[in-house]
Amino acid sequence: MEAKSIYQDPAVIKQELIDKYPSKVAKKRSKSIVINDPETIPEVQANVRTVPGIITQRGCSYAGCKGVVLGPTRDIVNITHGPIGCSFYSWLTRRNQTRPESPEHENFITYCFSTDMQEENVVFGGEKKLKVAIQEAYDLFHPKAIAIFSTCPVGLIGDDVHAAAREMKEKLGDCNVFGFSCEGYRGVSQSAGHHIANNGVFKHMVGRNSKPAEGKFKINLLGEYNIGGDAFEIERIFEKCGLTLVASFSGNSTVGQIENAHVADLNVILCHRSINYMGDMMETKYGIPWMKVNFVGAESSAKSLRKIAEYFDDAELKARIEAVIAEEMPKVKAVIEDIRPRTEGKTAMLFVGGSRAHHYQDLFSELGMTTIAAGYEFAHRDDYEGRQVLPGIKIDADSKNIEELKVTADPELYNPRKTEAEIEELKAKGLEMNGYEGMMKQMQRKSLVIDDVSHYESEKLIEIYKPDIFCAGIKEKYVVQKMGVPLKQLHSYDYGGPYTGFEGAVNFYKDIDRMVNNPVWKLIKAPWEQAETDPLEASYVTQ
Amino acid sequence: MITETTAKTATQNACRLCNPLGACLAFKGIEKCVPFLHGSQGCATYIRRYLISHYKEPIDIASSNFNEETAVFGGSHNLKLGLKNVTQQYKPDVIGIATTCLSETIGDDVQMILREYEAAFGSDGPMPEMIFASTPSYQGSHIDGFHAAVRSAVKTLAEGGAEKHLVNIFPGMISPADIRYLKEIFTDFGLPFVLLPDYSQTLDGGPWAEYHRIPKGGTPRNAIASTGSAAASIEFGSTLEASKSAAGYLEERFGVPRLDMAMPIGIRETDRFFEIMEKLTEKPAPEKYLDERRRLVDAYADGHKYVFGKKAIVYGEEDLVISIASFLDEIGIVPVLCASGGKSGLMRNKLGELIPDMEEKGIKVRHGVDFVDIENETAVLQPDLLIGNSKGFTMSKKSRLPLLRIGFPIHDRFGGQRLHHLGYRGTQELFDRIVNTIIEQRQNASPIGYTYM
Repeated sequence: MEAKSIYQDPAVIKQELIDKYPSKVAKKRSKSIVINDPETIPEVQANVRTVPGIITQRGCSYAGCKGVVLGPTRDIVNITHGPIGCSFYSWLTRRNQTRPESPEHENFITYCFSTDMQEENVVFGGEKKLKVAIQEAYDLFHPKAIAIFSTCPVGLIGDDVHAAAREMKEKLGDCNVFGFSCEGYRGVSQSAGHHIANNGVFKHMVGRNSKPAEGKFKINLLGEYNIGGDAFEIERIFEKCGLTLVASFSGNSTVGQIENAHVADLNVILCHRSINYMGDMMETKYGIPWMKVNFVGAESSAKSLRKIAEYFDDAELKARIEAVIAEEMPKVKAVIEDIRPRTEGKTAMLFVGGSRAHHYQDLFSELGMTTIAAGYEFAHRDDYEGRQVLPGIKIDADSKNIEELKVTADPELYNPRKTEAEIEELKAKGLEMNGYEGMMKQMQRKSLVIDDVSHYESEKLIEIYKPDIFCAGIKEKYVVQKMGVPLKQLHSYDYGGPYTGFEGAVNFYKDIDRMVNNPVWKLIKAPWEQAETDPLEASYVTQ
Repeated sequence: MITETTAKTATQNACRLCNPLGACLAFKGIEKCVPFLHGSQGCATYIRRYLISHYKEPIDIASSNFNEETAVFGGSHNLKLGLKNVTQQYKPDVIGIATTCLSETIGDDVQMILREYEAAFGSDGPMPEMIFASTPSYQGSHIDGFHAAVRSAVKTLAEGGAEKHLVNIFPGMISPADIRYLKEIFTDFGLPFVLLPDYSQTLDGGPWAEYHRIPKGGTPRNAIASTGSAAASIEFGSTLEASKSAAGYLEERFGVPRLDMAMPIGIRETDRFFEIMEKLTEKPAPEKYLDERRRLVDAYADGHKYVFGKKAIVYGEEDLVISIASFLDEIGIVPVLCASGGKSGLMRNKLGELIPDMEEKGIKVRHGVDFVDIENETAVLQPDLLIGNSKGFTMSKKSRLPLLRIGFPIHDRFGGQRLHHLGYRGTQELFDRIVNTIIEQRQNASPIGYTYM
């Protein structure tokens, strides 16, 4: 199927998007703006540095490390080493929902610790202050773990957060202290921070506790950060299906879970971008295969559950999962039937995240809506084109500086859960074992794929395509809505959610219905409507 | 004895934001201005995200997007490239450049880079005005960045000349609604004015009937130029020193008298503001404002029994805390703790000027503190309500105390940008909200409840 033909030739649109740029910038951007063909899958330039002065959606390495990956684990005390801003801005965002076993159980997510570096710390070094900060946090809470996150000045003044962490870990005795060199200038986006976080969590947390987990079907959920309570819905479904969730990386997780993660028999990955490193490293060291799944979308959730059942190849599990799907689906279908007549044929654009712009297309297609353009904010080529392109990706200066851990099989704990032949067999059954096909294969021919869309380009796209809904984050929200197009926040869900699983899908359908069919949009004249409905006024303007 | 500041070395749950955020906010109040942060792109993204969640408006902030190489060898190339790209895309009148801890740590000489840039590209045609504020986040707080940007704007643009029938108003970090109200007052007095920064429209505007790269509104460049020949400057902010302020610069450089006062909240301080206005215009205040004042006095009388003797904890920027405390004192609420993450060191004395008997009244002042310090005080002081920004929510939830949201940031409620705080109108709104907060608390706590007063 082709993207709606009422639009101009996508090649013309592409030209229009880059016309205003200086020639060098235009040349660079044209490689990141691609007309899709799911059969041949063209190359997308991704994970390259944003040009200075071009306003981007992207954040920094610190944000990816502290905010995304480590943020949702409730019983780690996270200390930001740096001036006050960074810790303040990453304090208690929507990603950080959690559900302690009881009110007495530890939950430090509401806290925001900072060494609050002052000028003298920048001049004379901040390690001493950092150590005092660790001690203060320890004295206050006696947490199981303390993580330290470096902000920009730290790397420059030469503070060794890792040495400080080692020293304090030894001194405190019963607290795991570790640091991250996630200074904001490292890498090209928050993606660098994800990688740095994966390395640190793998090195300092995973494998510390080998107590066998109970349950027959033990899995870890990777790349799920519990935005809007997404993890709670997935947990509900897993429990109903009889799947044991050993650890989540890292929505609604605890230190204990992550330390015990290596006893699971399968890693399922939601956000490939932010956590694929962990999947690979755990496979090599412990022999746990990973599989790409998607719990965004009701059909996608059902499909993912069936894949998990296929992996374990257990008749009882398969039957139970079918029963759960049979029980959940009718409620979902009823809502779709009600809403779909109002959403059918409408169009969406998604420019968000490192996997969300892919996953959420499933929900839109369940509503009969077409994704006409999509792109990620901080993904790499493999997230667009599929992991088969990995060997061909050029490592540039920005990526070279991010450590690649050398991982080998653990002499004691390595235990391949599946033989190579078994893995091949699963792949043949259509399971994305240790692999990911990427977003473009699923998108229509002639739809636009744009990496790191700029502020300017997104406005231009809206002007040209006039989509019925635009999905991005809060930074884009109000500019899009000023033009009379509703924007769905897919970082924090506009306080909605959860959107995963079956109940989440229902929430999403209802939210989208409310947005695209909302009467308020009739009150706002979009710029293009102005010209169409008021020709008289327009003729005065051109006199 | 608890120290006036904090006993801790690290900060837990900070009660202040970072320096460059304030500068970006101030730059948004200049017409056709694009704020530009010299540092990592993450700073621009975080600050955009934070400002947008409060103002609920598009806020573009450009960045020089440092990478590791830039961090080591300096940001000159990135800054120039960024300025060029911003100029080409936005065609701005002004680019407001603020530093971050990164560019300050490596010691980039931004002014020199800007001179080089102007020398290299100045002949290509008209160039946007570059306003530069040094805002290292390891010094001060967002309020310092705000004032640094405003001062830098007048320093860059103000011109001297024969005195004009014109008054400058530098209101500090107030809401767009407050700005609109101040402009209304000046207009009603018939007094020509320059208000800087004016983000009342850029950060609280309507839908766009046409495409524009930069939202409408803001103080025009030529208006800022005329501040140097104004008859006087009015400047709000108890702890704002002349050496750091725009009005201070204009007084020193062009002899424009600086009339500084606390933010006008409460009847007494608003009266002071109107007295200044009457003096400057040699006209009585318009009847409309006397009416506002009469309604407010009437409301004080009607509501006194609900609020009198209540205790409140106030936190936030020092100047806002001082003025709110003075207003609370006026209506008989004891601000048992006035707390701020700011560290001017002037808070106690300045509050003492407004409430001379603060010691006897049991009013405590703490500066340089965080929310953990404030929370600990809550347990001891047992106030009836908390007054401050959204960041007090956790504390309010834990201590089961109502939180009256004022100031910035308000990111867990709607309409923070439309709240009034200043003048008779702002005080009226605050008073009504406080009375209702207290009544609601009582109504909810009562086993029966009551439905009319």
